[in-house]
Amino acid sequence: MASFELNGREVTVDLPDDTPLLWVLRDDLRLTGTKFGCGVAQCGACTVMLNGMTRRSCVTPLSMVEGGFVTTIEGMEGPEYDAVQAAWGALDVPQCGWCQSGQVMSATALLLEVRQPSDADIDNAMAGNICRCATYVRIRKAIHDAADQLEG
Amino acid sequence: MTPPTSWKGKIMTRSLSRRAFLGSSAGLVIGLTLPLAARAQSGAAAALQSGATGSAGFAPNAFIRVAPDDTVTVLIKHIEFGQGPFTGLATLVAEEMDADWSQMRAEHAPANDELYKNLAFGMQGTGGSTAMANSYMQMRKAGAAARALLVAAAAEDWGVPEAEITVSKGRISHGAHSSGFGALAERAAGLTPPEDPPVKSADQFTLIGTDLPKLDTAAKSNGTAQFTMDVYREGMQTVVVAHPRKFGATVAGFDDSAAVQVPGVVAVRQIPQGVAVYATSTHAALKGRAALSVDWDESGAETRSTEQMFEEFSQAAAEGGQEAELAGRGASGIDGAARVIEAEFRFPYLAHAPMEPLDGVIELREDGAEVWMGSQFPALDKPTLVQGLGVAPETLQLNVMLAGGSFGRRAQDTAHFAAELAEVAKAAGGPGAFKLVWTREDDLQGGYYRPLTVHRMRAGLDAEGALTGWDNVVVNQSIMAGGPMAQMMQDGLDPTAYEGSTRMPYALSDLRVGWAAQESPVPVLWWRSVGHTHTGYATEVFLDMVLEAQGKDPVQGRLDLLRADAGRDRAVLEKVAQMAGWDGTKLRDGRAYGVALHESFNTYVAQIAEVSDEGGMPRVHRVWCAVDCGVAVNPDVIRAQMEGGIGFGLGSVLYDEITLAEGGAVEQANFDTYRMLRIHEMPEVMVEILKSDADPTGVGEPGVPPIGPAVTNAWRALTGRNVTRLPFARALEA
Repeated sequence: MASFELNGREVTVDLPDDTPLLWVLRDDLRLTGTKFGCGVAQCGACTVMLNGMTRRSCVTPLSMVEGGFVTTIEGMEGPEYDAVQAAWGALDVPQCGWCQSGQVMSATALLLEVRQPSDADIDNAMAGNICRCATYVRIRKAIHDAADQLEG
Repeated sequence: MTPPTSWKGKIMTRSLSRRAFLGSSAGLVIGLTLPLAARAQSGAAAALQSGATGSAGFAPNAFIRVAPDDTVTVLIKHIEFGQGPFTGLATLVAEEMDADWSQMRAEHAPANDELYKNLAFGMQGTGGSTAMANSYMQMRKAGAAARALLVAAAAEDWGVPEAEITVSKGRISHGAHSSGFGALAERAAGLTPPEDPPVKSADQFTLIGTDLPKLDTAAKSNGTAQFTMDVYREGMQTVVVAHPRKFGATVAGFDDSAAVQVPGVVAVRQIPQGVAVYATSTHAALKGRAALSVDWDESGAETRSTEQMFEEFSQAAAEGGQEAELAGRGASGIDGAARVIEAEFRFPYLAHAPMEPLDGVIELREDGAEVWMGSQFPALDKPTLVQGLGVAPETLQLNVMLAGGSFGRRAQDTAHFAAELAEVAKAAGGPGAFKLVWTREDDLQGGYYRPLTVHRMRAGLDAEGALTGWDNVVVNQSIMAGGPMAQMMQDGLDPTAYEGSTRMPYALSDLRVGWAAQESPVPVLWWRSVGHTHTGYATEVFLDMVLEAQGKDPVQGRLDLLRADAGRDRAVLEKVAQMAGWDGTKLRDGRAYGVALHESFNTYVAQIAEVSDEGGMPRVHRVWCAVDCGVAVNPDVIRAQMEGGIGFGLGSVLYDEITLAEGGAVEQANFDTYRMLRIHEMPEVMVEILKSDADPTGVGEPGVPPIGPAVTNAWRALTGRNVTRLPFARALEA
């Protein structure tokens, strides 16, 4: 059993404490934008924001979320997120799309921290998000473009 | 024209004649179109039924649905998993309809072998980079027929001659009259479609060849795209299966006393594939599986380690194998040559590792079944489900879903996942909904790998440095043998095992290619670019070694050696050399340059890689890529596939191998031990697409083969060390 704020709403779920947040979101709350890719915090497909920080939901037990606030791709908003969405669209970043929720979450979190990220900043912030289609060239460019759009 | 260089090439040749046949018999698409009243079994009915817009629309054929709100939905017969058919096939329809791109939509066609077959395969399925090639004329004809009906409806409505009506950007016009498509849809639906509508000539194209926004980008960027794993049905149970740790092992017995105590676990059942755990949630299913104790009968299992297999494959190579290609005096001129160059290449098993692991949802009802899965071969998955469940074919509906990658993993000639899904549903013992999920560990340890392969290569040079012979013996398991596609093998040869090592573009007048087939319980499967994954590497690295021995420049040496009729190969090589500013300097400021040229699936690709040494591993800074894939329907999709193919191929040559330990168990389990390329390792990629008016060919796979040899050729120039055993990470630690 745990209560937390999810995308601005208070939710209470009656599930074992060790249930990973990923499966709480998907199986119980039917928020399917957060994806399963590895289950061991290696790929980043399940990235959400927990208390304002990126977090791999596949290794985040429900007990850790109690009293916190969680944002998933479905609840994202704000100028940084909008800029990321616009840049992703302009460059047609996704291929298969499975990892892209996680990529967008990490990219948005980066822009919230660093207004004009360098390539090294992008490497550091995004290296935990695997894209098997290797859309990395476009992810990098889209983050730069989104930063430019936020500046302009 | 270069002869087809592969099995896929042969299929394409057959498809062309098939297409010609369809053209002469008024066309499959149009032939399927019947007046609405008689459409119960027609393609148009299928197009209408699968739409959410109800029956008010207009479906001129099985591929197109025009809704009253002017939207045009194209039913895509190929699965979309990133390679772009939603956008590509919709472009063809929009072009011929003179639609506006903003009104176009795409959705998957349902499983229906007759309506939605791949014209290159003769069955519904995606693979061999054929989606665009086999659909190019079919989708254009479908669009042209729809346009003709709308124009005829407008002529009738307005009382004007059809010939005076114009269509542009989704507007149909004549004098003061103007209409969108939707308003004319109902009238058009009552008309008889033309038998063989003319299509545009290339100079009339307004959409083909331009950069159009992809139709699936927004949903894939904001989390709303629906994949198989996102399907939730009322009362659905999640199922995971305990599979054997060794290939070919079977269940001898199991103890589920702890598993059934896990809260949420509903049932545990033995199925042919293992032991299935049914639960109310994924978490409970995984905990239940972890609590299972299973005894395996390993009497029929593969117990060799990959090291043992390499040794045995290597011995088989020495025996020469079955002849796959012979030219001139074959390899006989190598022995006794002034100089003999030799290398043995070893390629590991590789997992495809699509980001969405294998999954499927099945709902068994009293009156039939419905299935949701990223089915790459609906023509094989559907009958397997029908047979496994023992239901009538017409009572089972298979919905093809977006898939989180495939790279060949979902193209299952044996339909093994559909078979497991059917067993899971059947073993549940009654109606219900079940989602079968493979975890990453199931995926990486579950087989269906790129075959472990050895290439034994030899070449001879005479005293003047001229080639006296080229010998390549390929040793691996056949993907086709033993499966339903074995019938495509000829003389016991599986061309997908060595494609790319035969019919090379080079003028090698004395050549022998042999193939020694091996057997193992380890299941193998096509992995993005199939045989070319290893033949491209072996031939292009070995050729570089030969050119080096001859004292020739890697680019000029290749150009000199290309056959006179290899014009498209030559053009991409010349282009990439120009792009990279190749001047024969292999080393510049601590960076080396390597080149590779490889055609696959009738698409020609040349790449140059810029490489430095970073702590004993290659660091790839930039890659230049020239591609000729015929008419470039969606140039940006082509660029994206080249970028992605380069990243996919690079990650595998640097890091990836699936290995079997002593006793036969797989040693890798997740992305910590099976390493994916990450963003900081991705090179900058420059792509140029050669202008062509040849029919379009595929781009999903051909970007992959050249990157490995290009990097290795640069690495050898940089360090003097060759890499004949992949991945780099293992070769360099040895």
